[in-house]
Amino acid sequence: MNKDEYQKLVKKHEPKENKFENIIYAFFIGGLVGFIAEGLVVLLMNAFLLSRTEAGAWTCLIIIFASSLFTALGFFDNWMSKSKAGLLIPTTGFAHSVTSSALDYKKEGLITGLGSNFFKLAGSVILYGILSAFILVIVKVIIGG
Amino acid sequence: MASKKFNQVYIKDNFSVIGPLEGDGLLKTYDLVMDNYYYGEKTFEQAEIKMQKIVLANLLNKNKLSENKVDVLIGGDLINQTSISSYNASKFNIPYLGVYSACATYTEELILASSLIHGKLAKNIVAITSSHNLNAERQFRYPVEYGAVKKHTTTFTTTAALSTLITNEQTNIKIESATIGKAIDMGISDTNNMGAIMAPAAADTLNTHLMDLKRSINYYDLVITGDLGKIGKELFLEVLNKNYNINLKKYMDAGCEIYTNAQETYAGASGPVALPLVLFDKVLSSKKYKKILIIATGSLQSTQLANQKLGIPGIAHAVSLEVI
Repeated sequence: MNKDEYQKLVKKHEPKENKFENIIYAFFIGGLVGFIAEGLVVLLMNAFLLSRTEAGAWTCLIIIFASSLFTALGFFDNWMSKSKAGLLIPTTGFAHSVTSSALDYKKEGLITGLGSNFFKLAGSVILYGILSAFILVIVKVIIGG
Repeated sequence: MASKKFNQVYIKDNFSVIGPLEGDGLLKTYDLVMDNYYYGEKTFEQAEIKMQKIVLANLLNKNKLSENKVDVLIGGDLINQTSISSYNASKFNIPYLGVYSACATYTEELILASSLIHGKLAKNIVAITSSHNLNAERQFRYPVEYGAVKKHTTTFTTTAALSTLITNEQTNIKIESATIGKAIDMGISDTNNMGAIMAPAAADTLNTHLMDLKRSINYYDLVITGDLGKIGKELFLEVLNKNYNINLKKYMDAGCEIYTNAQETYAGASGPVALPLVLFDKVLSSKKYKKILIIATGSLQSTQLANQKLGIPGIAHAVSLEVI
């Protein structure tokens, strides 16, 4: 059996991921996060007489704080892995990745551990997020004049 | 020749400590269970060092051996530069060898120990191996609290430490022969499917063992592989059949014998300690089997090379045991 034949055999034995089920999970759980956030925006606008932009910023902070707190309390990783991409794609996933890295490396010291590993998982998101925003602005300037 | 017969080499005793999840699983015979993953220490790494310390100290006590009566301590684990074993070794006054074959470490230790005793260079040797699920997660995968979505082929690192006393005094478990495996790369680069990386190495080692010692597969009452898991196990049997025309019936994979199906451990248990745990729990204590071949299997990747997309070498070492 050569390498190619073996790799075909391995493919044959790998259980198929149920993509449809994953999509359904992600759609509804991701949607639920959006629904809760929208509820918060409306609540903040009415309770504190904020503008929609201000209420949106506060909502973002609350969602980030909640997912970081839930990560620190130790149950958010179960929610994350069960919800497929549902909690990974919203800000919840970003906050979770930063908090979990911080928790993991705090024992190696504030500089050599926590500081240098804080963005271990989130670093790529920040780097390519900024890069794509920069490119899009250039595109917008060229097209939009 | 890769295979070697040993004279006057015996397993005298063992001592184990297992993690909380393993305590709720399928294992029945073990010595201690941890109530949590910290085990009274500040970090998981320090907890694993303590696990090793406890299994070594207790094994020595149980057998009334002082440190100077042990000729060599052979230790191995999964954490960078086998640091857990080395830190533990520094707490004892025993000459120390650190070895690494990933999850095939246990049989590598037995082969080294048997060779030293067979060559009359030592009388008593203690072999220790351990793994800690959260240390392995931190090093090879994601931060402990990160909830990554895992593939079905992923295996779950066992939390346990086990020490074995190997001696030249006759006991009822003889280390009869062994085969040193070859590192085999079949082009699989997926670290989430280690069963597929290790299965061809296990099949090759089993075939070499049988050819070298001119034995048929029916010679053994039981063949146990280390931690191929549910998917690796199927691949192993298929490769054996297709490549070597060996039809293995009396077979068990240690990775499938530690956790219950309800414990959500994907394709099963892994880690160097999985095989010896099952060997002492299910196989030797049952007294059902006389001739046993254990094949520990390891996936030899590093966190850097795994990202460079090369095929990962698998390794498997076999040791034949006889219950007298």
